[in-house]
Amino acid sequence: MRKHWVVATVLTIGASALLTVFFLRVPLVPAQASKEGRQIDYLLTLQFIIGGAIFALVLVFLLYSVVVFRRRPGDMEDGPPIEGSRALEMVWTVVPLVIVLSLAAYGSVALRDMIGAPPGPELVVKVEARQFGWRFEYPQYGFTSPMLRLPVDQPVLLRITSRDVVHSFWVPEFRTKQDALPGRETRLRITPTLVGDYMVQCAELCGLAHWAMKAPVSVVTADDFQRWVTAQRR
Amino acid sequence: MDDKRAMKTFLMLGVVRGLIVGLAGAALGMALTMLVRATLGYAAWDAEQATLVGSLVGVIAYLVGLGTFNAWVAWILGRPTPEPGEHHAKGWTRYFGVDTNHKVIGVQYMVTSLVVMAVAGVYQLIDRLETAQPGLQFLSAGTYNSLMSLHGIMMLGGVLLGISGLMNYLIPLMIGAKDMAFPRLNAFSYWITVPSVLLLLFALPAGGFDTGWTAYPPLSVQAALGMQFMLLAFYLVGWSSILGGVNFITTILKMRAPGMSLFRMPIFIWAALATAFLQLLFTQFVGTAFLFVLFERVLGLGYFAPERGGNVLLFQHLFWFYSHPAVYIFVLPGLGAISEILPVFCRKPLFGYRAVALSSVGIALGGSIVWGHHMFAAGIEEVLRIPFMVTTLLVAVPTGIKIFSWLATMWQGKIHLQTPMLFALTAIAAFLVGGLTGVPNGIVPTDLYITDTYWVVAHFHHTLFGGFVFPAMAAIYFWFPKVTGRFLSEKLGKVHWALMTVGFFVTYLPMFWLGMNGMRRRVADYDASAGLGTMNLVVTIGGYLIGLAMLLFFINLVVSARRGARATENPWRSRTLEWQISSPPPEENFSGVPQVLAPPYGYGTPGSVHAVLAPAGDEGRRKG
Repeated sequence: MRKHWVVATVLTIGASALLTVFFLRVPLVPAQASKEGRQIDYLLTLQFIIGGAIFALVLVFLLYSVVVFRRRPGDMEDGPPIEGSRALEMVWTVVPLVIVLSLAAYGSVALRDMIGAPPGPELVVKVEARQFGWRFEYPQYGFTSPMLRLPVDQPVLLRITSRDVVHSFWVPEFRTKQDALPGRETRLRITPTLVGDYMVQCAELCGLAHWAMKAPVSVVTADDFQRWVTAQRR
Repeated sequence: MDDKRAMKTFLMLGVVRGLIVGLAGAALGMALTMLVRATLGYAAWDAEQATLVGSLVGVIAYLVGLGTFNAWVAWILGRPTPEPGEHHAKGWTRYFGVDTNHKVIGVQYMVTSLVVMAVAGVYQLIDRLETAQPGLQFLSAGTYNSLMSLHGIMMLGGVLLGISGLMNYLIPLMIGAKDMAFPRLNAFSYWITVPSVLLLLFALPAGGFDTGWTAYPPLSVQAALGMQFMLLAFYLVGWSSILGGVNFITTILKMRAPGMSLFRMPIFIWAALATAFLQLLFTQFVGTAFLFVLFERVLGLGYFAPERGGNVLLFQHLFWFYSHPAVYIFVLPGLGAISEILPVFCRKPLFGYRAVALSSVGIALGGSIVWGHHMFAAGIEEVLRIPFMVTTLLVAVPTGIKIFSWLATMWQGKIHLQTPMLFALTAIAAFLVGGLTGVPNGIVPTDLYITDTYWVVAHFHHTLFGGFVFPAMAAIYFWFPKVTGRFLSEKLGKVHWALMTVGFFVTYLPMFWLGMNGMRRRVADYDASAGLGTMNLVVTIGGYLIGLAMLLFFINLVVSARRGARATENPWRSRTLEWQISSPPPEENFSGVPQVLAPPYGYGTPGSVHAVLAPAGDEGRRKG
């Protein structure tokens, strides 16, 4: 039996290594354009690697059993009457417990960093969602715009409301998202880190044209942003 | 002459009588509403109110016409009431009317479930054709949304019917009882689901609805008339679920054969017990939530509308307070079925029986305090997200115990690779991916990224295929010989398995990638420029492979029920009680009272038996 354990363990390690390389090397997510996204991508990759290892462990042992412990033709005997093992059962209770609690602890810390107020001043944008479009108000500058334009590396506080049903603010490159609720305000903090053009899309089913509820988002340099603000106020 | 007799048989079927009386009742309900409105000086026709009262009266009339209440009415009037099962229709007709035998009800549930899920599957196959390429090709956004929403709610209804089917058929047989504790209530629980299904089918011609199965207000308050049919239908299915829960719990706790202590129960019974408690305790919350939406639509009350002092998040809390435990209602019986099938086909005891048994209870307890993870992005109190993250992740532990115990059961076994076992293996793989991809949904920061995208769609389809669909397939191939006395075709079964396994992963694995790359849930269309077209085409092809596999399955069911190879009492050499009696089982299951002597999975121990059947008439030693 020891031989089977050794072979299956080696195969598991090999398969996890392959999956780890896959998750580290193959780009699975779109461009990352916010500080919050950095945390999220890191956490996601970590979970991919851990999940990949568990996946490899289960699948290798499952397929190994199917191949090696397959019944020989004509063999109608029963297998050995093994009913359980305290030690093994403790291991597969305690190890997953430790893994998930660590992940939860790490997740909590990452969440704290994402939602906490930054030390410096924030750019405030009031986001109003409606069936089926977006409107952005810049209260510090006193104008509204049909598109969202943000200066790069400037912490932003989005104060989000809805005029009708539940919507959700999501720019895939920023990663994080927040629902827009009628009758109350929700908040989302984002620090854009990559200059470029993106799209905010409603992520909560809001009716017939839900799929078309989008608005352009662009992250620009601080100078470009100032020029845009001046043009808007004129 | 023969035509006349056939006509008479047809008209005497409970389901036909119910339909006729039900339609009359619906017309009466609508007429009454119009009369009352006209008398009060309003316009006589109000579609919402007329159809709501019409459907309610129609459902009650349907049940009356069917004869669901006959025994209870006779009892109230002081007339002699026959014992349940004393008179029953002969042959195939008994499946189309009120019958109190748990095996008949089990088959009724299962067939209804398969029909409902087939319809729901076809709905989504139509939608998948639309989303195979960017651009709106042949569906309007309205039709797309209605089909997608109905796909969701009908699949979930179908799963609820399916687990009721499995539990109804198997619980009394596995614990050595003659029937369920409350056979008439059991028949009622089944028959109330039939008009509910009809109401769901009405939702589409009544204008459909565009809210998805989650029916979040305010959208569900604005939605078309079809919404109302869906809300009412699911409310009524809830009755079935709650009453079924009462029946299962009582049967399991009070009617086990002597000698069957809790830790000698088959694992399926443990899973059924945990499921039944969840059904009994949590269904009321979704019922309340849906009822409130109905009230808001029909009577203008303001539970959720902020302009009338309501709170939109209240609905989401009530809804998920049921709908998360509901996931465990859906998957626990399936996981129980896997635990039954593995020892038989590996010829080894279930590894760590006690831990596996208690893990069902652990999942049920843990799963009832995690609902907030559906609302991480919804705008709940920020600090509340942490405890919900922790409880959610803790559920991974008992789930892991199940998976590892299954692996250890296979290790060193003598594995027979027949169709039930093959489906059990695919189920484990699918459920594993479902569980692992649920972790990023449980961790708040990563959930904020992938929630409301195709990632979530992929995650819960892995969970539900792994926890219900594949185990149900395994269960049907496994217990079909017991139910019908004939085997399903093994050849066709293996083709079905291979096609479905490939189709499943081709459909759902690409969805994880799609979700991360900006494909939102429930969209009728997406940008051609986003580069999502290829993967969407792959998903559609996979979906049609699953459809083809299911077609083969239905052919197998119909052909094998008539021409399949005959099955003996115990063709798989299982130890549990249902296999110790003839196939199909006698009307009252066991002629005497079985004696349970040992745990159910003592494979490999020569001379050990789980239970012996007592000779007929040995009623004296019955427990309790």
